[in-house]
Amino acid sequence: MDWVNAVVQGVLLGGLYALFATGLSLVFGIMRVVNLAHGDFIILAAFLGVAVVGLTGVSPFLGLLVVVPVMLGLGYAIQRALLARVLDRGVLPPLLVTFGLSIIIQNALLQLFSADDRRLEVGGITTASIAITGQVAIGWYPLIVFVVGVLAIVGLQLLFFRTALGRAFRATADDPETARLMGINHRHTYAVAVAIAFGIIGLAGVFLGIRTTFSPDIGPGRLLVAFETVVIGGLGSLWGTLLGGVILGVAHTIGGKIDPAYRELTGHLVFLLVLLARPEGLFGRAVRET
Amino acid sequence: MTPGSYAIERATTASRLGAVAGAVLLAVLVALPFWGSSSDMRLLVEFLSMLTLAQMWNLLAGYGGLVSVGQQAYVGLGGYALNVLADFLGLDPFLSVFLAGLVAVALALPTAALVFRFQGGYFAVGTWVVAEVYYLLIANSSMLGGGLGRSLQALRSIPRAERERLTYWIALAVGVGAVALVYLMLRSRRGLALTAIRDSARASESLGIDVFRSKLFAYLVAAFGGGVAGALIYLNLLRILPTAAFSVNWTAAMIFVVVIGGIGTIEGPIVGTLVFFVLRELLADYGAWYLIVLGAVAIVVMVWAPHGLWGLVAARLGLRFFPVQRRVRLATVVDP
Repeated sequence: MDWVNAVVQGVLLGGLYALFATGLSLVFGIMRVVNLAHGDFIILAAFLGVAVVGLTGVSPFLGLLVVVPVMLGLGYAIQRALLARVLDRGVLPPLLVTFGLSIIIQNALLQLFSADDRRLEVGGITTASIAITGQVAIGWYPLIVFVVGVLAIVGLQLLFFRTALGRAFRATADDPETARLMGINHRHTYAVAVAIAFGIIGLAGVFLGIRTTFSPDIGPGRLLVAFETVVIGGLGSLWGTLLGGVILGVAHTIGGKIDPAYRELTGHLVFLLVLLARPEGLFGRAVRET
Repeated sequence: MTPGSYAIERATTASRLGAVAGAVLLAVLVALPFWGSSSDMRLLVEFLSMLTLAQMWNLLAGYGGLVSVGQQAYVGLGGYALNVLADFLGLDPFLSVFLAGLVAVALALPTAALVFRFQGGYFAVGTWVVAEVYYLLIANSSMLGGGLGRSLQALRSIPRAERERLTYWIALAVGVGAVALVYLMLRSRRGLALTAIRDSARASESLGIDVFRSKLFAYLVAAFGGGVAGALIYLNLLRILPTAAFSVNWTAAMIFVVVIGGIGTIEGPIVGTLVFFVLRELLADYGAWYLIVLGAVAIVVMVWAPHGLWGLVAARLGLRFFPVQRRVRLATVVDP
């Protein structure tokens, strides 16, 4: 029964991982850029939550009303001011710029907030749970995060396939030159995509901070989780991302159950196995070379 | 045009003068143990290991087009290979520095089989994942000391002065060897292929270059250099910790050094390593600010001066100390 419980917790954890991964997947899908600072921006958002809660005393959930818009603005600004300048210059420049941001954010957070573990406190909801059987219980909080993860994916799906903005995203991703001929401002479109990705990063950061303790140096680990989730699920598939998150979440809880030291290693090994067996991911199309 | 009216040359005035100056500098450095202090030697060992790592990352990304963020795997594996070869197998610790490079190559082959499935940014994160796997495997191995690491025992019987001198000379051989290796490699057929791939992978493939093999070759050479440098670093430090040995900060330093100095040249990583150490000494009292400044400078250079500091110098003065390209020079033809 302990194992059933581990699987259930892993599935719910997958919702948080999907939330980590959608931002990374969105930026890559539209601009073919891997944001190496993705994990550090998640942690930055969590610390932003700490600052907002500390200054105003509101609940972290209400703090989202500040954190998410600030992250949206930050994403738009970083794209227009920095990433746009290196987009057409090959593989290295966007990687170097985001890697530089990663190191800067980690060390700036270290200077501002010290290396101490932090947590966003929301009171009783993190411990409340629904008992299913004697040993299996579903925590309210993991369930909320899972639902938010699913809603984020449904929202993006609707945005992509039901709105004019989504059409502009798809057109720019497929062929920026032709999209421009059709009157799409590609610079603005790219920046809006990054802004949306950063908004989701804001959600992910605060939900992570409520769930577990965090410190400035754990960003790269979240990047790897997001990356593995995207690759397991398959590039370009939003529902694949949710499945990827669930598989990775279950791998982490099962591995951690065998021995806490094996938690992350199990996740990496499952990722490498999927890569060997199905390089395009479970839901993915073959990757186009650009 | 008559056949005698032009000449193809490779050497430049700078490269000829540079070779002389380099030989003098090398002689001075070889003699350092007789005129310098042991802290001078320790600083130079650090400088030369960083230079080696930077040259290897430059070969990988600047020529092979492989942007890896997982080269810390080979630093860590090299350091641990030194411990295993010297302490567990009882081999000569100084010889083991070079054998550690071969261990790194042996592990780089299966690693390449996995990470070469990725391209571009996905290759970058994929190499990082594999580095984490190596880190977690070693940090969980009680034989290698687990998370607490271990101290190198093999050097205990060697007097301190002799140990420092030998370590320094090996570092000098490794650093100079890394520059020479990359230089000679780039002047060879393989180097020509790599340079062509850097400019356009697709065009080089159509000219009959085996892109995969050339990239794999660059990856394996970089793993060898990384393993040797890692072993050298932990021969100097004597104590190895898995978190530090497999830290992504190694790769961060390599990338920043290469980009700030000038990617795709041999002079660039040398200039970059000098800047790296000057900044480190200047900002020694400011903790994390040092990495913040380094990261910011690297971003500024990448966005506004993508050929790096050496690129700025070379463009203005036309200096080339390590010419890898051939140029045609027209002779002044005097009509009879």
